Amino acid sequence: MLAKEAMTMTQEKPILRVENISKTLGGKEILNSVSLSLNKGELKVLIGPSGAGKSTLLQCINFLLPPDSGRVWLDGVEIQNRRKRDLYAFRQQVGMIFQDFNLFDHLNALDNVSIALRKVKKMRRPEARDRAMAELERVGLGDKIDLYPAELSGGQKQRVSIARALAMDPKIMLLDEPTSALDPELIGEVLSVIHDLAHGGMTMLLATHQIAFTRSLANEVIFLENGIILEQGTPAELLSPNACTRSRDFCSRLDDLYKEKA
Amino acid sequence: METTFFTTQLIPALNRGLVMSIKLIIPSGMFGLVLGIVIGTLRTFGPSAIRKAANGYAAVFRGTPLLVQLFILYFGLPNLGIYLDAYAASVTGFILCSSAYHSEYIRGGLLSIKKGQLLAAESMGFSTFKTMFHIIVPQAIRKALPGCSNEIIYLIKYSSLAYIITCIELTGEGKIIATRTFRYTEVFLFLGFYYLVLVTMASFMLQKIEQKYKIPGFGKA
Repeated sequence: MLAKEAMTMTQEKPILRVENISKTLGGKEILNSVSLSLNKGELKVLIGPSGAGKSTLLQCINFLLPPDSGRVWLDGVEIQNRRKRDLYAFRQQVGMIFQDFNLFDHLNALDNVSIALRKVKKMRRPEARDRAMAELERVGLGDKIDLYPAELSGGQKQRVSIARALAMDPKIMLLDEPTSALDPELIGEVLSVIHDLAHGGMTMLLATHQIAFTRSLANEVIFLENGIILEQGTPAELLSPNACTRSRDFCSRLDDLYKEKA
Repeated sequence: METTFFTTQLIPALNRGLVMSIKLIIPSGMFGLVLGIVIGTLRTFGPSAIRKAANGYAAVFRGTPLLVQLFILYFGLPNLGIYLDAYAASVTGFILCSSAYHSEYIRGGLLSIKKGQLLAAESMGFSTFKTMFHIIVPQAIRKALPGCSNEIIYLIKYSSLAYIITCIELTGEGKIIATRTFRYTEVFLFLGFYYLVLVTMASFMLQKIEQKYKIPGFGKA
């Protein structure tokens, strides 16, 4: 009895648990019963060819795309996405980063970060401003607060969008190929911000094609293809040169591709 | 040429009419734009039933002559026990008509906004209404502004129809003097000049508003 309790005590409770998510779009099955979980401070990386369902999965987790079936728990509490109030409260705790940034075009960097604080969290303007300033400084953009999205480089835009997500104090972050729309020389500045976040203990689910980054930082690699999780394991297990896995195969092809480009 | 006709008759009458015209134009322009934004948003993002109703509204008010609408409001509604005076009927008619046109410009603005803006707002916990109100509509208005300015300038001129349902504004005052004195040429040249000044001032102000809300990175730098 005691031993059993001790067992459950040591078993870490996942901060995010996703079970049996399925989604069909336009008659095509995009996700087929995908399950995963993240413990606090973990970084898990979703890899897989385009069309595998990575973006769909991330958008299903915070119900931007309502899944056809499946359940999501945050901190042990199941999300009732039909209750709008619960859904909005849940989304505030889940930061989302998009491949094409999706900064609000009509707001400067500071307002992009502070608007949700003011309108969603009902923070007063001066406090929201201070918080937004702090987040922008954290991503190294303290001197760019007055610039509009069109006046920023791709890497800067993505860093603003990370600051915007961080300002909401999310418990986890979902990152949907945050560097895929960037020029090669701008990828580094965004990866270094994500690197710092990982070291700061942020729990993250990251879809990416950055294999070297994955090798060095991921706790676990999840290989998604045709809407199912094909392989799952540590980078060492899946991606080491002598591993005989579908993931390694995919990644080495990606590596070749990038070498050709370079 | 004697000038007393101008100084004692025409200009005082036209100035009186001008005041009435401005009283018609300002509330019609403002509420017409606000209603147009609401209708345009419902036509684009509303639930299916509301979308259809809003589309029907735009079809009716864009599809019938404004004068017919004014006649119905002023002469028709009393049959239903609703009595609007000439001023109220005119302003109501102008608001309804111009909102239908505004809604189309707003719809164009809304359609040009990428879905990612919506996703980003919703991902931070914005409700659908807040997403529209704080993120999507402010961008759409900026894009629709040149079209909406056009509608407001048009409103300045079609406000002259109010005199036909006995709300005597600028054109009405001019017409009365012209028929009384038979000096059509002078009266209508003056009248035209008054409208030209009104429209020029309005264009100038609308241009200032457009500049104020311009987003860096859109249009010419």
